[in-house]
Formats: sequence, C-alpha cells, structure tokens
Amino acid sequence: MFKFIVRRLLQLIPVLFGVTLLVFLMLHITPGNPAAILAGEGASQETIDNVANRLGLNEPLHMQYIYFVMDAIRLDFGTSWRTGMPVADEIGSRFWVTVELAVYSTILSVFIGIIAGVISAVRRYSFTDVGIMLLALFGLSMPNFWLGLMLMQWFAVQLMWVPASGWGSASQVILPVIALGTAGAAIIARMTRSSMLEVISQDYIRTARAKGTKERVVIYRHALRNALIPVVTVVGLQFGYLLGGAVLTETVFAINGLGRLVVDRIASRDFPVIQASVLIIATLFVFVNFLVDISYRLLNKRIDLD
Amino acid sequence: MANQDEKLVKSEASFMRLRTSPKMRSLKGFYRKLKRNRAALVGGYLIILLMIIATIGPFFLSHGINDVDYTVRLQPPSSEFWLGTDHNGRDIFSRIIYGAQITLIVGFLSVIFGGVAGVVIGIVSGYYGGKIDAVIMRIMDVLLAFPGILLALAIVSILGPSIINVIYAVAIYSVPSFARIVRGSTLATKELEYVDASRALGASDFRLIFKHILPNVTSPLIVQATLSIATAILTASGLSFLGLGAQPPSPEWGAMLNDGRGYMYDSGYIALFPGLAIVLAVLAFNLFGDGIRDALDPKTK
Amino acid sequence: MTVENILEIKNLKTYFSLDKDRVVKAVDGVSYVVPKGKTLGIVGESGSGKSITALSVLRLVDEPGEIVDGEILFKGEDLVKKKVSEMRKIRGNQISMIFQEPMTSLNPVHSVGKQIKETLHIHEDLIRQEANHKALDLLKLVGIPSPEKRLTQYPFELSGGMRQRVMIAIALACNPELLIADEPTTALDVTIQAQILELIKELQAELHMSVMLITHDLGVVAETCDFVAVMYAGKVVEYADVDTLFESPKHPYTVGLLNSLPRHDIKMEELTPIKGMVPSPFEMPEGCRFAPRCPFATALCQEKLPDLEKKENGQEVRCWIYTDEWDGEEVKVYEPNATT
Repeated sequence: MFKFIVRRLLQLIPVLFGVTLLVFLMLHITPGNPAAILAGEGASQETIDNVANRLGLNEPLHMQYIYFVMDAIRLDFGTSWRTGMPVADEIGSRFWVTVELAVYSTILSVFIGIIAGVISAVRRYSFTDVGIMLLALFGLSMPNFWLGLMLMQWFAVQLMWVPASGWGSASQVILPVIALGTAGAAIIARMTRSSMLEVISQDYIRTARAKGTKERVVIYRHALRNALIPVVTVVGLQFGYLLGGAVLTETVFAINGLGRLVVDRIASRDFPVIQASVLIIATLFVFVNFLVDISYRLLNKRIDLD
Repeated sequence: MANQDEKLVKSEASFMRLRTSPKMRSLKGFYRKLKRNRAALVGGYLIILLMIIATIGPFFLSHGINDVDYTVRLQPPSSEFWLGTDHNGRDIFSRIIYGAQITLIVGFLSVIFGGVAGVVIGIVSGYYGGKIDAVIMRIMDVLLAFPGILLALAIVSILGPSIINVIYAVAIYSVPSFARIVRGSTLATKELEYVDASRALGASDFRLIFKHILPNVTSPLIVQATLSIATAILTASGLSFLGLGAQPPSPEWGAMLNDGRGYMYDSGYIALFPGLAIVLAVLAFNLFGDGIRDALDPKTK
Repeated sequence: MTVENILEIKNLKTYFSLDKDRVVKAVDGVSYVVPKGKTLGIVGESGSGKSITALSVLRLVDEPGEIVDGEILFKGEDLVKKKVSEMRKIRGNQISMIFQEPMTSLNPVHSVGKQIKETLHIHEDLIRQEANHKALDLLKLVGIPSPEKRLTQYPFELSGGMRQRVMIAIALACNPELLIADEPTTALDVTIQAQILELIKELQAELHMSVMLITHDLGVVAETCDFVAVMYAGKVVEYADVDTLFESPKHPYTVGLLNSLPRHDIKMEELTPIKGMVPSPFEMPEGCRFAPRCPFATALCQEKLPDLEKKENGQEVRCWIYTDEWDGEEVKVYEPNATT
C-alpha cells in the first residue's frame, strides 16, 4: 500500500508540472503583448516597457516559469491588474465559498444518487425504476444554470421561501446546492443502478439468500457494499465537475465565489486572478482524485490478490 | 515483385472477408437491437427533428430574430407570439428556432474538431506506444486536470469571448476522452492476429491503421461522439450564458437566457423556454448515445 | 418399502419466460425422491435442468425463472406453497446448499468468520461469544488448518479448496437435514476434488444428513451416492440405486454416459462418446427428447414421449424399449462385456 501511494504521488509530478506550465503560458499565448494590455490602451512605448520590466516579462521564459512556480508554492500570485490588491487576498475567502458549494453539492448528489440507484436496481423494470431513470436522464441533460434560474423563480421569487441570492445561511445554500448537485445525483444514480444490477447477479448474493438472509439485508449488507466500490471513483470526478460547474451556479445566485470572480475578470483580462483561480481549482482536483484513488485501492484491497 | 503484390492483395482480401462477414451480421443485429431500444429511437427522431427545424424552420417564421418592437415587449405566450416576447419585443419562439442552428453547428463542429484531433492523437499514442505514448497520455492527463467547464473557460479567457472561440474551447475540452478511447481500442486491435499477419505481409503503418485499426474503433467512437455533442451543447450554452460565447443579440439559447435574466422575475417564460430547448437538445443526444451504447454492448440482448 | 423420504419432488416444472413467445422449460415435469440419510446423485449434461431443480427446492431460481407446477415435499410439507418468510426459515437451517464456484460464492467484503456467523445469527439465538465458538468449531469440523486465523481472513486470502470448505462450514452451521451440493468439486483441482468429496461423505455419516449431489461425473456418483437420478433435457430419464444403475443401466442415454466413462471394473477397448448435441431449449423434439441422438430410436420415439415407469428393484426408466408398445426389434441396450 505504501509503495502504491508513493508511486501514485510520483505520478502527480508530471501532471502538476503540465498544469502549472499551461496556466503560466496562458499569459504568453494570449494574443497581444501582456504588458500592453496591462498598461492600457494608448499607453506610450516607455510605459509599456516599464510595465514589462516590473512584471519580469523581459526575463527568459523558463526563468519566468520558475519564478511563477516558486511564487505559487508560497501562494503568492502577484497583484490584480484590475484592483491592485494582492491576488491571494482576493481569492482567499472566495475559495472557501466555492469549496463549500462543491462539497455540499457532492454530498447531496452522493446521498440522493445512491438511494435512487439502489431503489431503481431493486425494483428493476418496474414503474419506479423507469421513473427514476427518466428523471436521472433529465437531470443529466439539464444545464445547472437554467435549473438554478427555475428554482430561483419558483422558490425565491414566487413562493418567497428562500432568498434569491447570496451565500452563508442554510436558506441561501439550499437552492444553489440543488441546482449544482442534480446532474451529479443523476450520474451517481445511473452508476449505482448498473453496479447494483451487476452485483446482484453474483454468486455470493445467491449464497446469502441460501442462508435464509432477509432480502433487505441481502441488498444492504451483501450487495450495496460491493456495488459502491466502483461508485467511489465517480465521486472524485463529480467533485471536480462540480468545482467547474460552480462557475455557473455562482453567477446565477450571485455568490461571491472563485468561479464568479474568474468570470468577472475574464472581461477585464485580469490575468493574475484568472491564472491563480484556475491553478488552484485544477490542483485541488488533482489531489482529490489522488485521494479517491487511494481510498478505492483501500476498499478494493480485499478483492484484489495483487 | 508483381506476384508478391498480388499475393498481398489476395491475403488482405481474405482477411477482410473473414472479418466483414461477422461484422455485417453484427451490423444487422445492431440495427435490430437499436430498433427495439425505444429510448434510442426517440432520441434519434428528436435529433432528426432538431436538424429539420434548424435547416428549414426559419423559412416558416413570420417574425425575424431581431424584430425589435417595444410596443409588444414582455408579452406572455399568445396566438401571435407562441412563446411570448422578450424585453425588446422580439418573438421568443422565432429566436429559439433560429438558435437551434447555432446550437447544432456548435455541437457538431466542436465534436468533429475535437474528435478528429482525439482520434489522431489516440491512434498515434496507441500504435507507436513507448515514449510517444507516455508523453501524449501525460498531456491528456494535464488537460483532464481542469475539471468540467473550467478548461473551456480558461481557453476562452485566452482567445477572447466569441462563439467561434467557444467551438475551439469545447473541441479542445473533448479531445482527451476521444484520445483515451481510441488509444485503448488501438492497443487491443494491434495485438489481434490478423493485424500481426498483415504486418508480416508487409502492409504499411498507414494501411494498417486505416484498414484494420480505424474500423475497429468506430462503434465506441460513435457512442462517444454522440454523448460528447450533448456535453458540448451544455458547455457552449453555459459559456454563452456567462457572456463568454455568443454575444447579444445572437439567438443562441444560453445567450438568450443571459439576456432575459433581468426580466424573469416578472416574466418567467423568458427563461423557461430557451432552457427547455437546451434540455430537449441535450436529452436527444443523451438518449441516442445511451441507446447505441446498449445496442453495441454484447452483454445486452 | 419402509425407507422414509426426506424430499419428494413430484412433476416439478420450472420455466423461464424470456419474452412473450420464448419460454425455456428448464425443468419440465421432474420427479424424484431423496431417501432419508442417503445420498442422491443427480447426473446430466449442462442444460439438463439438474441445477435449476436444486435451486427450485430452495426457491432460489432467479427471474425470469418461475416454478409453474408441481410439488416439492420436504418432510411431507410442500415447499412450493410456503410463504417467503417460511422459506427463509428453512434455507440455511433445515436445507443448505453449496455451489459450484467457491471462488465467487463468498462475499469479498466480509470476513470468513462473519459469513459463517451470519447463518448462525439468522437461525439461532446466540450471543456473540457462542457464535464465535461455534464458527471456530465449524472450521475445525471441515478440516481447515489454523482455524482461529481464518475467522478474520477475507475470501481472497484463501485458496479455492479452502473456500469450498468454508462454504461447507456455512452450510453445516445449523445442522441441516438436507444438504444440496451443486457440482461442489467441478471448479477444483483433482486432488482437492477427492478431499472435498471425502469430507462431504464423512460429514454426512457423522451428522446423519441426507445429501443431494449434483454432478456431471458418473465417477463421482459411483464413489459417493446411494441413489442416482439421470436427467436429460429437463426430465428424469432413469432413477435407480447406484448398484442397479451401474450393473444394468436401462436408458440408452445412461448407457451412453457409462460408455463414455473410463471404468476399472470391466474391460473396455475404447470410450464411445454420445453423438450429437443436447437439443436447444427452443427446439425440443416432440417425442422422446433423446430420440435424435439415440441409436435405437424408432418412429414411435420420434412421435410420443414415454413415461417414467417403475421396473424391478425400484428402478425407473423413461424409454419405449421397456414397454409393451415398443415397435422396434428386440435390442440389447447394454452389453457389459461387449469388448472381450
């Protein structure tokens, strides 16, 4: 197991190298001279040169990359081109809002998805099963921003049960989490169903029945435990998908998260903020997947001989 | 020399025959299964319907997409304005019909670009293996490290907001999944005996790839492409909703939602119908993709 | 006849409806008895319905399979009519079953001990320590080395033979009166096969169980069984005690099986396999189901299905040759010393 963790950690190195390189290059492959963008329109050549010097844009590219990574490790992402504030300060609290949103949505989708998937599998081909799978298909096909708008329209504007925007209180959290978590719930429900159906036809389920075990116990103690092992791998992917999707949900519900910050700053080409946000989300996703891999391995240890 | 060539052609032909006959049978079986799969049929018909609407629909409309008329702004659905009007008095139904074109073009083009790139990358990676494979796959891992819409967002932030750039962004975003599938199939096909045999007979790499490897990846590729179009439509409309794709007054569905957002408190239908259109389009491709996957799966009867 | 039967299957029919017009009659009117304290071997090729019959006894046939007719009398009570909850009290308690695939028949996420104790907890009111003791005793009973260690191990840590012993331990946990063993040794190495069969034989004598042993191997039957039912295409074609069956087999199919088996008790020059294949479940012959492969088949055999009829020594056979209606010449179905 220890060897597996080390090997998996080593595999992270090229990926993180690629991620940082790509994010670093964003500034350089963008059309136009970055210094000119920062200096603003109609700036003199002298001003542009000054800006370029200040940003270190005259250094060789590989040195610039090394500085970029060294700074990023210390969570120093420079200052915002738009507000002049340190990027780390701008991102700080917003990062946690986005993580909160993604975590709550993941929990919701795992919870609903597994329950729905199990019910569907147990009542295979019944009216309930078809209904759940149709709902899942719709959930999967719905843009989360539109679902957000609709939920807001109904529950915030018409019924006035909850506030339409913001983040913090439970009543503010509920709609964005549903909007963002629905697609994930749909994916996990489908996955759980097919995984359950596969497990239910296994020999050891027949053994359990031959012991005189109650059907409920057969499902939960014998089938579900095995069926959830492959589902674990999707949860990590889901979490990442939700981190990305948060961009849209945050915009709909006017939540001051990292996603909304990025969208705001794309128009004003505030590259340090964009780069830092993208880098942080990608890095977080890489590490979550690493943890998922490890836990999958731990769960699966009892099955694999090697 | 000529004799040698003839031999090669003959043996190739017999290999192909060997392979075509079961293939033809499985193609028939595929259609039979597909016809029995009601969901796939519904999806397929919906896609055809969408295409018809997108191509000839605009000719039957009495309202243009930009017929601004402030005397009829924010009208609820009526016999004249089937789905109501927006804040500029434009007919929402007409705009949605025009928008279907944009949605389908963006969906198809981005998946074609991404798919072709992914197939080439996947074949090169799987066929040549070794260091090339390792490097390419690490690059794909890097692309996959940017979750969901984030990669598309980053690309648009570099290229600047526009619907064309959204196509590029979504195309790049869909490359890794194609590359992985094709690479896997290529690795598997490469080991098959008839491929070995034709290699021994001196067939060129190019010939091997086109005659043997590509036909074997078609079915997973079709499934992936169909499902990718669904994702592409979702991503593209999302970017337009954020104001990073199609710009107003474009009738792109995501852009319409963004445009109408400010008025939905009083006129809910403004946000309802373009969204429903997106759901319908995405649903169609998801249904069809699921259906053909089930039909191609040897495990299902 | 004073022999008491623990199990009597009468005209059992278990069908699988695949869709509206395709029904597989996997078990089609099967009748046989398991005498108390004895071992009944059920022999047949795969697809003969022998396993489905066994699963039907415990009512464990998976969808879309269904028992459509017949009686399964266990100690005189019809299991087909039992409620699901009543069946559960019988499964693993009075009737236990072990399966063909020891590699996949144990749940990979639970420890061996837990899986044995589960049966105990379901059927007996035991406190934890008692259950632990009993589980340990069971592992000792089935001859597993270092049983204490095994309790906490997971299935993947055990070999196939070891896992089958664990399955037997689970099956014996509540002292069942009837043990159904569905090809328990097929998936195992030859040396392990002998050990497992020997174990079942010993335990049967020790615990006074009745055993129903399903196999395709007549050699296994000769070594372990007291009675034999030979099944072909969903029906019993011959039933006899083991000595009668091996000395004077009557049904041409049984004879075919015997001729394809190497024997030590008589001299044979070569093995003769049965020609042809088991009929497809969708294209069952109208008459005797073995007729297409039978060397003696006549027009009568093609047209009408014979009944299972009682002969001397309690032997039963389903073949026209032994009836008055036989329309062919006199034939000698079995010639033990044909070769020398």
